[in-house]
Amino acid sequence: MVADLIESIVKILFIFGVNIGFFSPILGWVERKQSALMQDRVGANRADIFGYTLIGLFHPIADAIKVLTKEDFIPDGADRLIHTLAPFISLTPAIVAFAVIPFGGQYELFGHRVNLIIADLDVGLLFVFAFASLASFGAVLAGWSSNNNWSFLGGLRASAQMLSYEVVMGLNIIGVIMVYGTLRLSEIGAMQVNFFDWGIFLQPVGFVLFFTCAIAENKRAPFDVAEAESELVAGYFTEYSGLKFVMFWMGEFLEIVTIGGLVTTMFFGAWHLPFVSDQMLLNFFRFAGPNGAAILAILVNIITFFTKVIFFIWLQMTIRWTLPRFRYDQVMRLGWKMFLPIALINIFITGLVILVK
Amino acid sequence: MNEYIPVLIMLLLASATSIGMIVATTLIGPKKKFAEKMQPFECGENPIVSPKLRFSVKFYLFALFFVIFDIEAVFLYPWAVLFKELGMFGFVEMMVFLTILAIGLIYVWKRGALEWE
Repeated sequence: MVADLIESIVKILFIFGVNIGFFSPILGWVERKQSALMQDRVGANRADIFGYTLIGLFHPIADAIKVLTKEDFIPDGADRLIHTLAPFISLTPAIVAFAVIPFGGQYELFGHRVNLIIADLDVGLLFVFAFASLASFGAVLAGWSSNNNWSFLGGLRASAQMLSYEVVMGLNIIGVIMVYGTLRLSEIGAMQVNFFDWGIFLQPVGFVLFFTCAIAENKRAPFDVAEAESELVAGYFTEYSGLKFVMFWMGEFLEIVTIGGLVTTMFFGAWHLPFVSDQMLLNFFRFAGPNGAAILAILVNIITFFTKVIFFIWLQMTIRWTLPRFRYDQVMRLGWKMFLPIALINIFITGLVILVK
Repeated sequence: MNEYIPVLIMLLLASATSIGMIVATTLIGPKKKFAEKMQPFECGENPIVSPKLRFSVKFYLFALFFVIFDIEAVFLYPWAVLFKELGMFGFVEMMVFLTILAIGLIYVWKRGALEWE
């Protein structure tokens, strides 16, 4: 019992460190640097310590200090309570959603069974969706409470867009569940030992739909109509400043990481290297003794998983800076008139193929 | 129920992080208030209308469609988990259900409720 508690606290601290300590500050820098590279600019390179700029890597620290010393602004006529609550609702679920995503297999370590997932829930996928959809409340409440026309329009757009894409996302996940027969993400990951059992080969359409819908759900370009800066100033967070503004951004970055983790787990073999099972890793590291082999295998698992996640983060960043923004009616048409029928047909075809096999 | 304890710890930590950030930003930083500054942003103009007026009914329609189709999706989840055990019978049953919903989608589509003008 004590060992279980220690194990889960270590895992929680690890995920917190990776997500909040590493990904959320670094992604702000990555986004600026990547946009600069793609637009042939220099990008963030001014913050320095003793003259060393380190290709702009000190910018996250400078940003943090700057944002901390900004005034917290709530406009007249705004609903102060909801205005404060909205960033809380955006950020908290985004942090928690990662809890059910496995970042490694199960190993015997010092006589204790270590399962590299914070909470191995039997409703894992539903849990992720439940928490990810809570974030839409944040956008809607922020838009509603700001007493600002731009915020209000942004909140409205965000609500209808996120609701639409949630339907499609929920439906195209059905195909994945039919193939694997479980909602437990660690089982879905464990079933992808064989390279040709990876979700991308079993559900190629599902992957494309899921990835696109996830970007739309996260309101990032080309689907960022809810915060379109050329139309709505900054959309639903126009009236936010200081750390509250940062909380919306952090929520968005953490959702990028969560989407990367979900895509990796469901479609790209989770923590598995191609053609390598956990048992093969343990055999390969036999020279280090049973515990050493387990530790080395865990390290390989974690590195493999996060390399894949980082690839999908990079992909989302590249998509954001490559494609122009859709118009709002185009976004809605894409969701309801193209993706929804395709998702329904995908369920039908998946069912047929499984039954024929 | 035991596996929900880590989720609870995670939730507490995440809430603590968020609340800490809100408290920090409320306490630190200057507080200078004057009437012009406290106005909602309207590109430098005085706000003419309050945002809490009428808005397009389309958004409301889409919320309704969401309720209908998302309940369908929720209904599909347990079926999908048991799909391989249910076999042909379960497949045909669910396809009948999906066809009825597809007819609903086609109806909504043909009535023009999915158009944005």
